[in-house]
Amino acid sequence: MEIKVLGPGCAKCSKTEKLVQEVIKETGVDASVEKITDMMQIASYGVFGTPSVIVDGEVKCTGKVPKKEEIKAWITK
Amino acid sequence: MSSNTTQAGTVRKNKSVLALNLFLGAAGVVLWWLIYQQLPAVSKWLTYGLLSISQGSHLGDSIEFFLYDTPKVMMLLFLVVFGVGIIRSFFTPEKTRAFLSGKSEIAGNVFAALLGIVTPFCSCSAVPLFIGFVTAGVPLGVTFSFLISAPMINEIALGLLYGLLGWKVAAIYMGTGLFIAISAGWVIGRLKLENHIEDWVTQANMAAVEMEEEKLTWNDRFIYGWDAVKEIIGRVWIYVILGIAVGAGIHGFVPEGMMASIMGKGSWWSVPVSVLIGVPMYSNAAGVIPVVEALLGKGAALGSVLAFMMSVTALSLPEMVILRKVLKPRLIGVFVGVVSCGILIVGYLFNTIL
Repeated sequence: MEIKVLGPGCAKCSKTEKLVQEVIKETGVDASVEKITDMMQIASYGVFGTPSVIVDGEVKCTGKVPKKEEIKAWITK
Repeated sequence: MSSNTTQAGTVRKNKSVLALNLFLGAAGVVLWWLIYQQLPAVSKWLTYGLLSISQGSHLGDSIEFFLYDTPKVMMLLFLVVFGVGIIRSFFTPEKTRAFLSGKSEIAGNVFAALLGIVTPFCSCSAVPLFIGFVTAGVPLGVTFSFLISAPMINEIALGLLYGLLGWKVAAIYMGTGLFIAISAGWVIGRLKLENHIEDWVTQANMAAVEMEEEKLTWNDRFIYGWDAVKEIIGRVWIYVILGIAVGAGIHGFVPEGMMASIMGKGSWWSVPVSVLIGVPMYSNAAGVIPVVEALLGKGAALGSVLAFMMSVTALSLPEMVILRKVLKPRLIGVFVGVVSCGILIVGYLFNTIL
């Protein structure tokens, strides 16, 4: 599973990345997490807000920090 | 059949949770109001009674101000952020973008400025949002109207201004802020600076990502509001306290009328100076308002103070740096210049008529 966290580096984006890492550790799911801070790359995903989370190419959330339960639901379905 | 029962059961449960929430909410508001009314008396008692500081002294004035203002501002913040959080749960950047795409110029500018107030916006989203708007066919000027009003007309600022300085000041702030956002956006649109957007932006093909629209129930909205409270106040409280401390210092130690000479009506240069001081400063609106309150109390003119506040929130250096990724320098310069002019005009206007 490939998870990308998009964000230029403000507190919310770092928090999102941290939460994703925590959920992965807690659930033991095999997933790689990539943090993307470059604006051009972020734009290419077609999202308008950061932070955004993309799981296996699908945009799961944009513009807010997701809750742990939400993240868990995305990666363990 | 069993799924019907479970559905009906869930609906009933949701309704009773909602009823409970509403009751708690109403009780909370009453309690809030009672405490709020007691604040001046309590702060006086704490300063002069408990701490035995002499009345009329500078220190006494400062401390009383601080003890009174801190819970007052915090309580107002709580209420405003929660209320606005609920309003914001009705708006998303995606909906705004879809609504604004293809709107004609002046109508678009007006709507964009209005939507900027209620659409959730974080400075780091400025770039993706800009790209999204532009590629959706939202005219450049209209996009700018949004980008100007979103950080400047902040629900927190409005709520605090209303609570601390009355509805007239809050209304003036909102009205002039909208005016600047609309006209500056329109001017930028007229200048036809589309070719000053960085090339990669116009080349980026941003197909709209179809996010399925979350159907939010009222319970969800309350949670959204509550989350907003936790998040925003958690982020902002220390700046607020700092702002109040600065305000308390000004209140207690700066002589009456001294502000009148620096930021007062008489000096023609007070407005530009206020704007210049504000530009390199970036504070969120919440921290700046107690300072504003204290300055006004010391004789600073409303126009200069408004100008200061707007330039602190609207022209932020970090945001300019972020926008540099998508805008060529000249466009950023025009943006800063037009907005500054707007703020200057507002400042002078209010110094003259009030």
